[in-house]
Amino acid sequence: MAKTQLSFNLNGQDVDVLVEPRELLIHVLREQLMQTGAHIGCETSHCGACTVDINGQSVKSCTFLAVQAQGAEVMTVEGLASGGELHPLQAAFMEEHGLQCGFCTPGMLMRGYRFLQENPNPSEDDIRQGMAGNLCRCTGYQNIIKSIQKAAADINAADNA
Amino acid sequence: MSAAEDTLERQDQLQGIGCSRKRKEDPRFIQGKGNYVDDVKLPGMLCGAIVRSPFAHAKIVSINKEKALALPGVHAVITADDLKPLGLHWMPTLAGDTQAVLADEKVAFQQQEVAMVVADDRYIAADGAELVEVEYEVLPALVDPHKAMDDDAPIIRDDLVGKDEAGQGKRTHNNHIFTWDVGDKDATDRAFDNAEVTVREEILNPRVHPSPLETCGCVASFDKINGALTVYITSQAPHIVRTVITLLSGIAESKVRVISPDIGGGFGNKVGVYPGYVVAIVSSIVLGRPVKWIESRIDNISTTAFARDYHGIGELAADKNGVIKALRFSALADHGAFNAHAQPTKWPAGLFSICTGSYDIPVAYARVDGVYTNKAPGGVAYRCSFRVTEAVYLIERMIDVLAQKLDIDKAEIRRRNFIKAEQFPYQSALGWEYDSGNYLPALEKVLEACDYEGLRKEQAEKRAKGELMGIGLCTFTEIVGAGPSKACDVLGVGMFDSCEIRVHPTGSAIARMGTITQGQGHQTTYAQIIASELGLSSDDIQIEEGDTDTAPYGLGTYGSRSTPVGGAATAMAARTIRAKAQKIAAHLLEVSPDDVEWDVDRFQVKGNPDAVKTMKEVAWAAYNNVPEGMEMGLETVNYYDPPNFTYPFGIYLCVVDIDRHTGETSIRRFYALDDCGNRINPMIIEGQIHGGLNEAFAVAMGQLISFDEDGNLQGNSLMDYFIPTFVETPHWETDYTVTPSPHHPLGAKGVAESPHVGGIPCFSNAVIDAFAHKGVTHVNMPHTAFNVWKTIHQLGLDN
Ligand code: FES
Ligand code: FES
Repeated sequence: MAKTQLSFNLNGQDVDVLVEPRELLIHVLREQLMQTGAHIGCETSHCGACTVDINGQSVKSCTFLAVQAQGAEVMTVEGLASGGELHPLQAAFMEEHGLQCGFCTPGMLMRGYRFLQENPNPSEDDIRQGMAGNLCRCTGYQNIIKSIQKAAADINAADNA
Repeated sequence: MSAAEDTLERQDQLQGIGCSRKRKEDPRFIQGKGNYVDDVKLPGMLCGAIVRSPFAHAKIVSINKEKALALPGVHAVITADDLKPLGLHWMPTLAGDTQAVLADEKVAFQQQEVAMVVADDRYIAADGAELVEVEYEVLPALVDPHKAMDDDAPIIRDDLVGKDEAGQGKRTHNNHIFTWDVGDKDATDRAFDNAEVTVREEILNPRVHPSPLETCGCVASFDKINGALTVYITSQAPHIVRTVITLLSGIAESKVRVISPDIGGGFGNKVGVYPGYVVAIVSSIVLGRPVKWIESRIDNISTTAFARDYHGIGELAADKNGVIKALRFSALADHGAFNAHAQPTKWPAGLFSICTGSYDIPVAYARVDGVYTNKAPGGVAYRCSFRVTEAVYLIERMIDVLAQKLDIDKAEIRRRNFIKAEQFPYQSALGWEYDSGNYLPALEKVLEACDYEGLRKEQAEKRAKGELMGIGLCTFTEIVGAGPSKACDVLGVGMFDSCEIRVHPTGSAIARMGTITQGQGHQTTYAQIIASELGLSSDDIQIEEGDTDTAPYGLGTYGSRSTPVGGAATAMAARTIRAKAQKIAAHLLEVSPDDVEWDVDRFQVKGNPDAVKTMKEVAWAAYNNVPEGMEMGLETVNYYDPPNFTYPFGIYLCVVDIDRHTGETSIRRFYALDDCGNRINPMIIEGQIHGGLNEAFAVAMGQLISFDEDGNLQGNSLMDYFIPTFVETPHWETDYTVTPSPHHPLGAKGVAESPHVGGIPCFSNAVIDAFAHKGVTHVNMPHTAFNVWKTIHQLGLDN
């Protein structure tokens, strides 16, 4: 199948790849660009394991054609830490035991990253609603909620410092 | 600093048993650096896609591969005929049956594996699979297990016609797999005949699927030059997989390397050996290139490892006061088209005989009949020990049924029947020796924490107003940690587990285990055990699992066996090392080994606190200055064969409010008290309990694998199959008591499955309790809004 040139910015770096028009972004990220943080749990938009951030929005990359990312700013879990420092969300997931098998975690973190920008002071119920597109089979969600609350507090404290 | 403070501080520094140490596996997962099977990419790797049957039961008239093979990028299309010359078109199951690897002349369940297309990448493989033309002649499907043994029932397994045995005892019908029973039937029948009251209920544990977030898959890589095979695989039991591969392929076990990389949840789904694995391995051997096969979610829900499908009948006999005199349980077990349940080989119904629960029942009898139907093969233990959920569900439902019949409070009837603390070790009527337990104080603790009496008052007031509120109790005992090798084996291999520890000269250590973590945090907790036993900081202890080339042989992680068996092996290995270290320390201190004693992280000459050698110092000496005649080095391996199972228990309470117009349920409160014996990492235990409760919630309130009368699966994506999201999932409250296991070296019992096993009946008991005043004694799961509404509507409570 004829391939298309695709250029976008991934975690702060410009990348160029050749893709088939039918290729899904998750496969291009994982198999061509070797960013295997985003995972595949369903390929039907239900589980959120493949969640990445595109132009400031949470996107399930398993149902997003790679060519739709032309010129976009794409961020994956690999881009979350900066300057050798974990993002407060990453640190909070570790602190509050917000993960077990870790398979949902990259998607949770990327959705949480965007969610906290949409709602910097969420209640427990806000988190339950705002994160509902991401499934976890291991944690029963409670410690993920705690992790997000802790991250929100840490981010707000740092902003006010 | 006082001596006591000094001891405490040194203990804290170790981060050993009992502390909520942060997990060592987290840094890689939170940075996207986990290494799951689909992350494995080898040079020249090909991808496999499976062609599946659209019918539940059909003859295969022909398979035409031509179009698929003509597609550029397709390397092979493999069918049963290609596997036949190798004798690999069928494979043994863990249950002593055989299973078609690729359909051999007929298909016996919808989505059965018919062919695999191997191609350059997953897109071409999927295209190729579309191009394989299979002609079928449809046969009548058998869906209802109750009709499996009818005279005119369609025969599922033509290969077994005329055979009166399918690996688990005598068969009496073409669709019969086994009949298994235990207990004193005559004495039980007599007790029922003479009983003051009896109750009987038909109780279903419906077919469900564990659905870990990561599906199953493998990458097989055969090295033609050396005749060696490496398989990366999502397996909860890599060593057994290696043995099975050798038995199937004839490749020496020393040339087969199985690697379970990071695993995205297992829950029983990743114990068995599936057709996709076998075909990927054969493809790699034939094509000489690595071959990856990863299930889609739909493949996963449709084919690999359903759980339950136990159609039970519970009966209790009691006196007027609700004291149980006898128990009689039976179940019709639907195993699908092949008996591929994952249980210790000699246990056709797993550990179902734990069904007398937490109660002192003098006589009992249990029987399970297994049958074939045109459904996917199984069934596995979904976050439980083998068939323990089914057993616990029956007894915990039946005791509620008995309470309602006698109008005795549901907490009170449990008090009257509990095994008493002084009865342990307790010999159950069906043959188990419960190691330890203390049920009554735990029950009282929960009742008080939740103000049980207040809840019952509130319920009475609500009922008077026509509102629906239910209170569910579950006071369960589990049986985990399979198991003593005299009782348990898998394909003849005893169910021990193992740990190898090497202490390095500078006082760090590496331990390798026969188990394999799937989210339980083994890298964190095993190191804590070794830290406490050896007095080395847990941060200096590396834990490795899952690579059969380096790890000692073990039976893997399922049935909550890691702590009971692997954890015991770890403690025993560490103790062997400490015993040697003691001799070296005595040698260094120039006293006899009996004159030194252990103090957190060092040996000290008795009565002389200044004469000490730390474990670090001893480690160094182990490589240059040992007593005469002693071997150098500080390492050992332990294979632990447990003397008994462990018997964790729990007391759960659930409060549910039900909307009497829509049937929607709202879990107001869920309180879980668990007793898993001594606790290694409370943070991880709590996390396991949250997760297990959520999976219990899923099963009780929504999960169901259902079929129409032609055997078509009604919903096999996450659109239809219920996985609770953040929104539905209740808030969990956890609590604990500690009743150590007397036979486990650490007094630990295992915990991860209790919340699933105990949670399911607790949710059901709550929902059904909401209707108890209307005479409802049982309603089958799942308690979806629609199902609950049907009960409401039948009772006329919605107007
Ligand atoms: S893999 Fe994209 S939502 Fe599940
Ligand atoms: S941690 Fe395993 S799915 Fe979320």
